[in-house]
Amino acid sequence: MTDTQTARPAASLPAPLAALGAGLLFGLGLVISGMINPAKVLNFLDVAGSWDPSLAFVMGGALAVTAIGYRLVLPRGKPLFAERFALPAARQLDPRLIGGAALFGIGWGLAGFCPGPALSAAALGMAEVYIFLAAMLAGMAGWRWIVK
Amino acid sequence: MDAVTPFTPVSALVGGALIGLSAVWLMAANGRIAGISGIAGGALAPSIPDRLWRLMFVIGLIAAPLIVMLAAGPVAITIEAGPLTLIAAGLLVGIGTQMGSGCTSGHGVCGMSLLSPRSLVSVAVFMAAGAAAVFITRHLIG
Repeated sequence: MTDTQTARPAASLPAPLAALGAGLLFGLGLVISGMINPAKVLNFLDVAGSWDPSLAFVMGGALAVTAIGYRLVLPRGKPLFAERFALPAARQLDPRLIGGAALFGIGWGLAGFCPGPALSAAALGMAEVYIFLAAMLAGMAGWRWIVK
Repeated sequence: MDAVTPFTPVSALVGGALIGLSAVWLMAANGRIAGISGIAGGALAPSIPDRLWRLMFVIGLIAAPLIVMLAAGPVAITIEAGPLTLIAAGLLVGIGTQMGSGCTSGHGVCGMSLLSPRSLVSVAVFMAAGAAAVFITRHLIG
């Protein structure tokens, strides 16, 4: 709306469709890996109790594919449906990074949901998921509207 | 009551690889980091020119379990937290991911693949904080 550029490649149809495909793949990965289940996440974090190391294998599989894939894709110089690769420019280890990670980690450990699995779990029709999602989206929107 | 879950290394690796494929595809196609908190938080931002692809990604994320349920039967999950804990956890996850610029996907998968120092620090901190929260709720006061 505030963007005055015309014919933005990212605003045309291929980019949103590509994002839909990426979301589907990501969601399938969350379901198949078991990451969508908060009990499995909490058991990964519960090293002193009913430890389930599965999540480390999820992370391992994802990292192996992404680390190799990025090294094949990024040297191409330009994405298929956008002007450039939008890579994060920030480098400093500031209090916001560390404080934010700490708050996120506590919330993650309290319920077993991080943002991806919580959004995917909206498909399951459980009231608990909607309670968590409402609070999470309110927290996100609050930060974006008030602090940022 | 802690629900015991079985160790499932094969499905974990396969699912993880699919998450990686999604991240690589989103970078190859749109030049974007597959960070869910960045995608969702951006979609909620006051004015943003590229809301559509973000919403489409989230629609895909939610559609995936529906497709699995149609093809293979119910997807069962266990939520141990009560309503007040869920609200507190949701607020912490929402605020924390925006303040810290990422979560398990953006910092965990994408940032660590790029060997970003910020992402390595973020993952170490949120893993430690998560494990501490679980230890306190399950073993100290649970």
